[in-house]
Amino acid sequence: MSYKMHILVCGGTGCRASASQNIIERLQDSLKEQNLHNEVQVIATGCFGFCEKGPIVKIMPDNTFYVQVKPEDAPEIVHEHIIKGRKVERLLYRDPERKIAVSDSKHMGFYKKQLRIALRNCGFIDPENIEEYIGRDGYAALAKCLSELKPEEVIQEIKLSGLRGRGGGGFPTGLKWEFARKYQSDQKYVVCNADEGDPGAFMDRSIMEGDPHSVIEAMAICGYSIGANKGLVYIRAEYPLAIERLRIAIRQAEEYGLLGTNIMGTGFDFTIEIRYGAGAFVCGEETALIHSMEGQRGEPTTKPPFPAESGYNRKPTNVNNVETLANIPVILTKGAGWFNKIGSEKSKGTKVFALAGKINNVGLIEVPMGTTLREVIYEVGGGIKNDKKFKAVQTGGPSGGCLTEKHLDTPIDFDNLIAAGSMMGSGGMIVMDEDDCMVAVAKFYLEFIVEESCGKCSPCRIGNKRLLEILTRITEGKGSMSDLETLENLSKVIKDTALCGLGQTSPNPVLSTLENFYDEYVAHIRDHKCPSGQCKALLSYKIDPKLCVGCTLCARNCPVDAIIGERKEPHFIDTAKCIKCGTCIDKCKFKAISVV
Amino acid sequence: MSEIKLAENKVKELEKVCAEHGHQPGELINVLHKAQSIFGYLPREVQEIVACKLGIPVSKVYGVVTFYSFFTMTPKGEHPISVCMGTACYVRGAEKVLDEFKRALGLQVGETSADGKFSLSSLRCVGACGLAPVVLIGEKVYGRVVPGDVEKILKELN
Repeated sequence: MSYKMHILVCGGTGCRASASQNIIERLQDSLKEQNLHNEVQVIATGCFGFCEKGPIVKIMPDNTFYVQVKPEDAPEIVHEHIIKGRKVERLLYRDPERKIAVSDSKHMGFYKKQLRIALRNCGFIDPENIEEYIGRDGYAALAKCLSELKPEEVIQEIKLSGLRGRGGGGFPTGLKWEFARKYQSDQKYVVCNADEGDPGAFMDRSIMEGDPHSVIEAMAICGYSIGANKGLVYIRAEYPLAIERLRIAIRQAEEYGLLGTNIMGTGFDFTIEIRYGAGAFVCGEETALIHSMEGQRGEPTTKPPFPAESGYNRKPTNVNNVETLANIPVILTKGAGWFNKIGSEKSKGTKVFALAGKINNVGLIEVPMGTTLREVIYEVGGGIKNDKKFKAVQTGGPSGGCLTEKHLDTPIDFDNLIAAGSMMGSGGMIVMDEDDCMVAVAKFYLEFIVEESCGKCSPCRIGNKRLLEILTRITEGKGSMSDLETLENLSKVIKDTALCGLGQTSPNPVLSTLENFYDEYVAHIRDHKCPSGQCKALLSYKIDPKLCVGCTLCARNCPVDAIIGERKEPHFIDTAKCIKCGTCIDKCKFKAISVV
Repeated sequence: MSEIKLAENKVKELEKVCAEHGHQPGELINVLHKAQSIFGYLPREVQEIVACKLGIPVSKVYGVVTFYSFFTMTPKGEHPISVCMGTACYVRGAEKVLDEFKRALGLQVGETSADGKFSLSSLRCVGACGLAPVVLIGEKVYGRVVPGDVEKILKELN
């Protein structure tokens, strides 16, 4: 059946949380009522990326992009847009600067600078239908490899493309494949690392939810190249939707003869199994991941031997991250020469970032390597929320660092971020404004590390705990100036001596905030003040009687009834009862409440 | 700790799961996932059965159960409340929301109320950062939560 129009509805996790499933049902009902269900098809796609404005609905072929759609808007979309051909003006995106409605995503600030390679199919296809993937050149790369290229030639092409691992390390992917190919064995494995544990990063999940076949195809290509016929996807159990889509995709690929035995009649066999993670950040480290797949505690071991020599079940194993794999098919169809023209000198291609925090356009973005932080934050991200002042951007997750104003014009790539004291990591990018306390942020990351440290080596297990204790002391106003020296020395020792990548990078948030926000540490210690008003122990809330009009809004919203006062009279805060939650400040319309 | 009497049909189901995985020690994590979905949590008694069926020491099973945050040895409440403490939610005030849940419920993270109604936990990133701060209660996602919403949400569930 051929449809005249398609309504694409985002079925990513964020939009589903805002009832996009209901929107689909309501659209289908309305189409049926109008007897249009044979002409217009509603498709649940993967993530469009523009999560801030979700749920997103896109009408094809005219490319109309509706934002923040509610289920009750469905009949209007069908009546107005589908039947009468008139756009539903109120659901269009409004350009905040030009104050006009924009209907085509190409003209939105959020999308203009983006180049979607890894996310090429997310938001375009129905991830539960293999034909849609095939319709967009899917499995053409696998066919080309199996019929035209020798394994060495495939590896050569990947090497030429300059693709580097997107999971954090940035190791050249082609080289990794070459190592795995070199080792002789009766059994080899291809592992897809889909254990995205970095809080605030969700690109891998979006790829698996929106375009699972690209990962499957790439794994098969990798298997062909290194001489493996078994693939394993190690995925977080907390990602039920991604697991479901992956299962469907594997089953469909098997039915189409794209997985299994004698693929496309070439004699190449390849199967894929799913293994579940169970919530351990350290399992992003490949040796830890392999132990976890073997049913053990996910503790890392020293390298060498590298997994390429002795990995899963002590057999040669190649581990690649989801985003890395999603790049593979398109590199092979379009050629290494196409790919290596994109990006910066030593970092080729694009990178997906999960842009979040105090920014106007929260979402999943993909930009060429070499794009500056300023372009990402102000153009794609639309600037800082509520016109506040930019303070820092944290890249690389718990292992990364906080970069400041002075780094804004740094072109983003693997090497520049490391030189600036942070790292690419898996691509989390959290923007912070003047209200964020950097000492508290460092403490937040250390809490995460202490919780996630596997405990195998003492620098990480004990050292990070000590760092956290010192930071806690400082945020409570009990620190001393000598603590700062201890923080720095201890951080360096942990970096030098920890066993795995987690420990070696864990002090980064401390070191980078010490370097860039030293004054804030000093303010906490010497003046017993938190300049951003975040550290609870150091602040109290006060109502200015001159500004308070006695509207009672704060008192009604205070969760502990700590605000007293008569209607139309200035109110007061009972500091003994106050839990410093900040609700009153958020609610007050007269800016009468302040933190002192 | 007192012995827990496990329901016989659930034990049978667990034994079947172990058999389906070929009683292979390498399948431990997969078996534990299924065990947790059968019993809702992994008390000592469940771990003993798994250890016995897979032919490995209980200490090893316990080691794995306590290593991974997804596995729990305490039963979850009827309404399991998880506050996302991923970085995106944190910078948008998730800690204050969590504090308010702790206060309103009188529970610490990882605890379940005496009547079995609520349990409180924190989790790392559900990938709905556009809705930060996010609270997950059962399957339902609450977005852009502020401390003032907490009482209302709890009332809704009561």
